[in-house]
Amino acid sequence: MEKYITLPLTEEKIRDLQAGDYVYLTGTIYTARDAAHKRMTEAYEQGEGFPIDLTNQTIYYLGPTPAREGQVIGSAGPTTSSRMDKYTPLLLKNGLRGMIGKGKRSQEVMDAMAEEGAVYFAAVGGAGALLSKCIKKAEVVAYEDLGTEAIRRLEVENLPVITVIDCQKHNLYETAVEEFQRTESIRDY
Amino acid sequence: MRTIKTTDITRNIREMCMEANYTLSPDMKRRLEEAREQESGTLGLQILNQLSENMKIAEAEQIAICQDTGMAVVFIELGQEVYIEGGSLAEAIEEGIRQGYQDGFLRKSVVRDPILRENTGDNTPGVLHYEIVPGDQLKLTLAPKGFGSENMSRISMLKPADGIEGVKQAVIEAVSLAGPNACPPMVVGVGIGGTFEKCAFLAKKALTRNTDEPSNIPYVAELEAELLKRINQLGIGPGGLGGKTTALAVNIETYPTHIAGLPVAVNICCHVNRHVTRML
Ligand code: SF4
Repeated sequence: MEKYITLPLTEEKIRDLQAGDYVYLTGTIYTARDAAHKRMTEAYEQGEGFPIDLTNQTIYYLGPTPAREGQVIGSAGPTTSSRMDKYTPLLLKNGLRGMIGKGKRSQEVMDAMAEEGAVYFAAVGGAGALLSKCIKKAEVVAYEDLGTEAIRRLEVENLPVITVIDCQKHNLYETAVEEFQRTESIRDY
Repeated sequence: MRTIKTTDITRNIREMCMEANYTLSPDMKRRLEEAREQESGTLGLQILNQLSENMKIAEAEQIAICQDTGMAVVFIELGQEVYIEGGSLAEAIEEGIRQGYQDGFLRKSVVRDPILRENTGDNTPGVLHYEIVPGDQLKLTLAPKGFGSENMSRISMLKPADGIEGVKQAVIEAVSLAGPNACPPMVVGVGIGGTFEKCAFLAKKALTRNTDEPSNIPYVAELEAELLKRINQLGIGPGGLGGKTTALAVNIETYPTHIAGLPVAVNICCHVNRHVTRML
């Protein structure tokens, strides 16, 4: 189903999202990838807390290319999410509600998502030029020294994503492929 | 003896970095369009439409097709009658990468040390492969490689008894495991034979071959076609969300090997299979 969602996500909005939904997101999201996740986790472990309030927030696993003059941001597609799996349950326990990336997630992440009420979206990998058009504002808010890996606050408008794992552990990566194989083999007869 | 100036090498590499990251080769573009016409998966088709639109924007606005503008892999075929004037060939290439990534608004994705992980800030160094060949020309192929797909690549040291069936299995397995992580539709580069490092090199090099030109060894060309067909029966589809376009091409390179071995490397690339070649 097609859905238009205004961020931030709430428990209620998350309960309504199902694996397979094609969703347009509007509102504030944050970028963070490998280095920022590592640093956030270390800061937390040292008692410093996170550099941003994660309550009901959505993280986009993204390291953009630099913006050309007059542009908000450069190419801005998703990176592989599984590299963040190690750090994700801690962020979910601290209020994170949504993640945008590409590729599979670990069982631990799926369990923590179900427990805390969170959703995982995929954006199309390798469509960074197109996706950049949905980003209306971008500002570095933490770890500027990490360059492309810094944490940015983005304002997005109708960012197209697909609900891949919902809060009930439905996983589109598994069901979509099985479904396709089933319909195709029927067609072959 | 022919003289080539390092400044010319730098200038060419600089331009090639940008060209490779803004536009795909005609064969890649055509394959994506063909896939779009044939795709029957609903989400799969939607994704292919986005990819097609994405490529148009990237080319028109000269912005990177993908934000992972890769680590710059350069294949250098240096004619033995070429004299390089004006300094080191390697430094000329690195300078071209530095300028290309800086001036082209491309991402700096390289860390100085694999464990300490401090970004070098200019996407150098690249990975440079040299070959000395007859003649008085310098052939440069630049292939920026994204790591979503690189991370899903594998080497299998098969036994001779595993034969061609073992090779097929190794390729199918690598693609299945890569799944949505490698941004399908993929291009699959396969190296068969040689030694441990040689087959990896061949697999990488295979990705730079025009996908319209099958191997000139008949059984290898057949293997390419068969593997492509079988991969596309897996149902992984664009974005890993179901469909018949899991791979756009399978390119295979082979090399003589040892009586005791059958090394197979599978270098997975995404649909953003970038490579530009220039002859100097
Ligand atoms: S795997 Fe390819 S398309 Fe996907 S993010 Fe990396 S470079 Fe881009």
